[in-house]
Amino acid sequence: MNYIFYFLIVISIICGAINGKLTDVVNSILTGAELSVKVAFSLIGIMAFWLGMMKIADKCGLIKFIAKVIKPVTKRLFNEIPDDSPAIGDIAMTFTANAFGLANAATPIGIKAMEELQKHNTDKTSASNAMCMFLAMSTAGFQLIPATVIAILIGIDYKNPTEIIAPTLLVTSIAFICAIILAKVFQKLWIPQKEKPTEDN
Amino acid sequence: MFQTIMNIISLWALPSIIILILTLGLIKRVPLYETFTDGAKDGFKVAVNIIPYLVAIIVAISMFRASGIIEMTGNVLKPILTHFNIPADTIPIMIVRSLSGSAALGVFSDIAHNLGPNAYATKLAAIMVGSSETTFYILAVYFGAVGISKLRYALIVGLLADFIGIVAAVLVCNLMF
Repeated sequence: MNYIFYFLIVISIICGAINGKLTDVVNSILTGAELSVKVAFSLIGIMAFWLGMMKIADKCGLIKFIAKVIKPVTKRLFNEIPDDSPAIGDIAMTFTANAFGLANAATPIGIKAMEELQKHNTDKTSASNAMCMFLAMSTAGFQLIPATVIAILIGIDYKNPTEIIAPTLLVTSIAFICAIILAKVFQKLWIPQKEKPTEDN
Repeated sequence: MFQTIMNIISLWALPSIIILILTLGLIKRVPLYETFTDGAKDGFKVAVNIIPYLVAIIVAISMFRASGIIEMTGNVLKPILTHFNIPADTIPIMIVRSLSGSAALGVFSDIAHNLGPNAYATKLAAIMVGSSETTFYILAVYFGAVGISKLRYALIVGLLADFIGIVAAVLVCNLMF
């Protein structure tokens, strides 16, 4: 990430200078910083709502039940996480919300899943294999109905906007499966995390 | 018919989940109100925790977009991509969709309005935008919330999957339209 962060900023300044857009680049620092806070603050309310809902779902055993149902799949994908961890149920809920295009619900639930995964992490500053897998699956963005895209197509009088659903589903499935395979391959190739004895907690 | 079913599913997905959770909680005698507020307390904390990570990534990406480098890369890639029957208009979407969701949607909206419903580029762009999530945003929010700064292979896998998604979108679109 250090290199990416450096690369994105330095290359932007250099290219901005070449293109004569240096003022735009400098101004974008301010707008970008403002936008970040706006995004974070817009999350507060919906975050609170779904964390509250998820707590009820957890207490009444729904999360555990979902985890039990999808155990055969998750056992292979997240082999470091114990079967009875609420992380598994949370992950399943995240993808359910994503699949139905409920991005507002998926983000808070996904964050909660990350927090659960962090509990099983041996090095709290670096991403565990399970976290990398969860992130890879999330970024592939598996979704049944691309609602926003369809809305725009309807807006331009596209004759049959739903014809876009099948190819989109096919593409996103390919990307989703590849993400899982890639995460597994990289898990084998990458240097393992430092095994720190968990003396805290 | 298919469209009405899809609309009903989209409309009812969220309410059904909420009803399911609350009803189950009531049956299992979970103190609903207390449990809800107890869980909701963390909302503010989490949102504040992710601010530093969001600032780092969103500022870097805003600068990147403002610098004109996306147009420059597009011009370099253009001759190669047109060779593979990929319309030049969709190039910015390929570059921007891992960086910013709203930007990708904006470019798609532009293409749709300028080229119209019958253009191949509109269809390809629709599939590309609809089939992906914003890798950098998810990374900042999910890892930021738990304070992870060493990403290991997470970003590489995310970006490779995005690339595969682009290739798949081109192939599928070629076959279908």
